[in-house]
Amino acid sequence: MILRRVLIANRGEIALRILRTCRRLGIETVLAASDADLASVPARLADRVVRLGPPPPSASYLDVDAVLAAARTSGADAIHPGYGFLSENQRLAQACAEAGIVFIGPTVEQLAAVGDKLEARRHAIAAGLPVVPGGPLDDAGDAARLAAEIGFPLLVKAVGGGGGRGMKQVHDPAALASTIDLAMAEAGAAFGDPRVYLERFVATGRHVEVQLLADGENVVHLGTRDCSVQRRYQKLIEEAPAPVLDAALREEMHRAAVALGKYLGYRGLGTVEFLVDVDRGTFYFLEMNARIQVEHPVTEAITGLDLVAEQLAVAEGRSLSFGQADVSFSGHAIECRINAEDWARDFQPSPGTVTEAVWPLGDGIRIDTHLQAGATVPPYYDSLLAKLIVHGRDRDEALARLRGALARCAIDGVSTNTALHQAVLTETDFAEGGVDTAWFTRFLRDHPAAGSVSLSSGGGTHG
Amino acid sequence: MSLTGEDVQDILRIIDDMDVDRLHLRTGRFELSLRRSDDGEWTQSARTSAEPVLMDRAPEERPADGERDGTAPDKQAVSGREGLAEVRTPLPGAFYRAPKPGAPPFVEIGDEVTETTVVGIVETMKLMNSVYAGATGTVADIGLADGDFVEQGAVLMYIDTAAGGAAP
Repeated sequence: MILRRVLIANRGEIALRILRTCRRLGIETVLAASDADLASVPARLADRVVRLGPPPPSASYLDVDAVLAAARTSGADAIHPGYGFLSENQRLAQACAEAGIVFIGPTVEQLAAVGDKLEARRHAIAAGLPVVPGGPLDDAGDAARLAAEIGFPLLVKAVGGGGGRGMKQVHDPAALASTIDLAMAEAGAAFGDPRVYLERFVATGRHVEVQLLADGENVVHLGTRDCSVQRRYQKLIEEAPAPVLDAALREEMHRAAVALGKYLGYRGLGTVEFLVDVDRGTFYFLEMNARIQVEHPVTEAITGLDLVAEQLAVAEGRSLSFGQADVSFSGHAIECRINAEDWARDFQPSPGTVTEAVWPLGDGIRIDTHLQAGATVPPYYDSLLAKLIVHGRDRDEALARLRGALARCAIDGVSTNTALHQAVLTETDFAEGGVDTAWFTRFLRDHPAAGSVSLSSGGGTHG
Repeated sequence: MSLTGEDVQDILRIIDDMDVDRLHLRTGRFELSLRRSDDGEWTQSARTSAEPVLMDRAPEERPADGERDGTAPDKQAVSGREGLAEVRTPLPGAFYRAPKPGAPPFVEIGDEVTETTVVGIVETMKLMNSVYAGATGTVADIGLADGDFVEQGAVLMYIDTAAGGAAP
């Protein structure tokens, strides 16, 4: 089928991003917006706007029935969910199928296959991908054998733990048995469940992902992205291709990602996330994201593709118009997420009204944003204001462009993290490329701007 | 119709060689300002003034009085009183009285608190911000319900500092 009218069930920069491609392709756009976004730039530029509901996401962008009703009301052929919100929601995908509306994303079955981490790991193993070595410790006497298989250093993890709780590192085989005894005792006391399992400890890890595009039969990879600069699992800086990566390892990751896509008979855009174990020179499957991602522009920059257009084409039921051999990579791209947050006050969020928004222009510079002077940054949604994407012939040129472009950003009325990005760019480690996922935490610890304010700055004030 | 980034780049290429360092375009639907800085690089600021085209929608059921849709205006049910310390929210957002749905509230009226006692959470831009009592005493009044939306600086509750604070 040919899509004539697409309902964009999202907000902010990604709503505008989708809108632009639809317009270029002659597809009508209907924006499903909450009350907080009815006067936003995407709402002003969409062909039509449908009110979804009150500002809280649960009453608007996360309300499957409201989104479906908006699609029906507006006569949309398809729903583009963007990222976040309902982008990987099986119920919406199922409801769309039942209503004869195209869900721009993978099938319900594929969403189910990768939506659960354990299920995704099972599929990845079946597809032949490496996963972090480890296993449950059913018999304490078996620990030495299992540990030898995994290799040291390793982690003893409480089954009932999570988020870093109930973990112990073991570097010395001689300490294994006593550490397991202690971990089991502590886990029993803390979680009411003494069971533990062993897992390889990755001391120096990098977050590298592979972008896939597939039509249900053909699967192509669009190269790697490095997203190791993160704070509390939120990505801050992303680049493509992943720098300082062994060529053979990169090829292996491409192959692994494509193998998973083929195993799933995947359809649409997807990203296979890997943990690169720097010390061992290997990688492990982490998870698969079944949607367009925030960082997709860096892949667009180095491939010259419009990923939203490719997504729409696949959603129309078309086969990929190109094969792997047709994909070529050019130069290097870096993206900075500009967030409404105050770095100097422990990243306190900064909603409000933007009084000025000045962006850099120039060759190799792209700004994806919904922000303009007079715009409101509501307190209900995440803090992403803009993405600054630079592209250069090589990483050095991209970095130089990024430095100049950041210096020319001027946003007033709300606090942003542009100064933080500028500070990161002065770091030699970052400039050399290939920093690990713990690097940014070390950067914050060593940087006075982050340490000047107590962690309770987001807390209460006093009467 | 707004200009795309590519359109703006094209405009720049045309004027780049000219002796121009500012350009302001204004139509009925948008404004675009381009400015050349001292180093010769350009910046832009744009403003889309087109009005959104809202589709008609069926009349909908409004939440009944007291039913929360999370958008309640800043409720100041707790009126100022002599001798009571106000606990104000540093950020706008959704006010939660408990650490998670179904859990007991952080504090109830009559509870003794110190300056560092967490008395609630305000969710702003998907981040949970702890709110501290900021005073030693007894919780005298709580003017908001779980999930109410609060504007920045709104009073969440009052602490009676005259009560002498937490028992030794």
